[in-house]
Amino acid sequence: MAIASSGIGTADIETASAYDVERVRADFPLLRQTIEGQPVAYLDNAATTQKPQAVIDALVRFYTEDCSNIHRSVHRLGERATEQYEAARGKVRTFLNAASEREIVFVRGTTEGINLVAQSFRSRLAAGDEVLITGLEHHSNIVPWQLACEATGANLKVAPLNEKGEVDLDAYRGLLGSRTKITAFAHISNALGTVNPIEEMIRAAHAQGVPVLVDGAQAAPHLPLDVRALDCEFYAISGHKMYGPTGIGALYGKEKWLERLPPWQGGGDMIRSVTFEKTTYNELPYKFEAGTPNIAGTIGLGAACDYLQALGRERIARYEQTLLAYGTELLCGVPGLRMVGTAAEKAGVLSFTMAGVHPHDVGTVLDSLGVAVRAGHHCAQPVMDRFAIPATTRASLGLYNTRAELDRLAAGLRRVGEMFR
Amino acid sequence: MSQLGDLYQELILDHSKRPRNFGRLAGANRMAEGFNRMCGDKITIFVEVEGDIVKDVHFEGSGCAISTASASLLTGAVKGKTRAEAETLFENFHNLVTGAPTPGVDFGKLAVFAGVSEYPARVKCASLAWHTLHSALAAEAPEAEPVSTE
Ligand SMILES: Cc1ncc(COP(=O)(O)O)c(C=O)c1O
Repeated sequence: MAIASSGIGTADIETASAYDVERVRADFPLLRQTIEGQPVAYLDNAATTQKPQAVIDALVRFYTEDCSNIHRSVHRLGERATEQYEAARGKVRTFLNAASEREIVFVRGTTEGINLVAQSFRSRLAAGDEVLITGLEHHSNIVPWQLACEATGANLKVAPLNEKGEVDLDAYRGLLGSRTKITAFAHISNALGTVNPIEEMIRAAHAQGVPVLVDGAQAAPHLPLDVRALDCEFYAISGHKMYGPTGIGALYGKEKWLERLPPWQGGGDMIRSVTFEKTTYNELPYKFEAGTPNIAGTIGLGAACDYLQALGRERIARYEQTLLAYGTELLCGVPGLRMVGTAAEKAGVLSFTMAGVHPHDVGTVLDSLGVAVRAGHHCAQPVMDRFAIPATTRASLGLYNTRAELDRLAAGLRRVGEMFR
Repeated sequence: MSQLGDLYQELILDHSKRPRNFGRLAGANRMAEGFNRMCGDKITIFVEVEGDIVKDVHFEGSGCAISTASASLLTGAVKGKTRAEAETLFENFHNLVTGAPTPGVDFGKLAVFAGVSEYPARVKCASLAWHTLHSALAAEAPEAEPVSTE
């Protein structure tokens, strides 16, 4: 039933053609909505993205035609559900270019993926060991490690950021050492938009024999990904940030590492045989998938992978880069606006403060103009502390945003400046 | 847009830019801190209570226009009131910003906050200073625990 994703070939052919954003927008029913008489300018994509009709249809189709549990029923519906669920695993494998489907574990999202690794990793941590993260992490890549450290007596180390919101690479290298048992960092910062030089960071970690987890929540919607080229041990993504459903995501783990780690949740599907004396665990990736999973969501995630592959991920990245450059220039011309996060390599995020105006007020005024942004600490309080600010206003871009929407954002911000002068 | 004008009335903008009774209060014998974790708003309220009378109120902190103006207008509204009157005012204010104003109440300047009820996300901003005052007054000890509107 499922159509295999088209892979790299199509993307390459499509890069040549122009990116027709209006055609893309037509795929997203929510964008037809008006707020205060204007089409909604949805610029909160780092929080979650809107869904294309293809993803919505995949969910509806599963529930109307194929609904059944997986891996356990002999009837036809069960077979169809299982087939589609496993086909989605294949699509995610292609999306990340993993070597095998055994390396793709379905989870609720990035948060759960990181928690899985952090919890399973406790068996490998002891007092005095170290876990190394960076100063730009989302709370979901901080707290699971704090919990693991608390439980084992290991210490959490944090590589600092420079003024532009980039990880200080020398400091990062200096913090890697014989005590470091694992290192975890974001591919792209949700609060600043910084694209970390993860190839370099992974190489530095491997030089010390340290395994790497990459938080790919913000990278999955913006960049073509290749976990084999990156050579990281783990890579976590969230479906809802890449135009897929909420409540589903994936954790990539190198087979060798997934074999090594103990399961983190027990239940059905993750076992081979159970007696009261002894349970043997199922093979990968099922060892980490206890209980009935989010079947519809998984199939929807597969549809989102298909959608992005068909549109061409290089093409999306290129279009978004031009949009980001346009928005950056536009916003820098707004009186009183200060960009927070000015890394040389950025993707998707315009985070800023307005002199004398609180981000909450900025957000409310923009909302009244039909422009949806986020105001707050973006689940990255240490980042706010680093820049000595309580919060920022953040406009985050997606593949359907337009220059006209950024013009509306800038006009709204000028209005904010006038109102609160 | 008209709704936006209801929220950011001139009086609110004025008080947010030039908050009154801003800064520590020398004669304060009650104090409380308030946080709104969602947006990072932070406020400290200083109260001088004499017998049953709220003699003076000052505040410090940083926050959005709504929370700053609310704190500023609060200081004027409760000065000289009895504690019980101040608590009743808090109750009335809360009803006002949640869209269920008690009939017959004269809100005075505080009436400018009626527009907040159209913005549920901002109710916490408007009421932070009041929650903090409540906590300062409730405390018999000179310093109260920080309150949070989260
Ligand atoms: C960089 C980053 N990491 C992790 C997460 C957590 O993702 P989720 O809430 O989908 O688990 C987010 C989401 O905001 C994020 O932006």
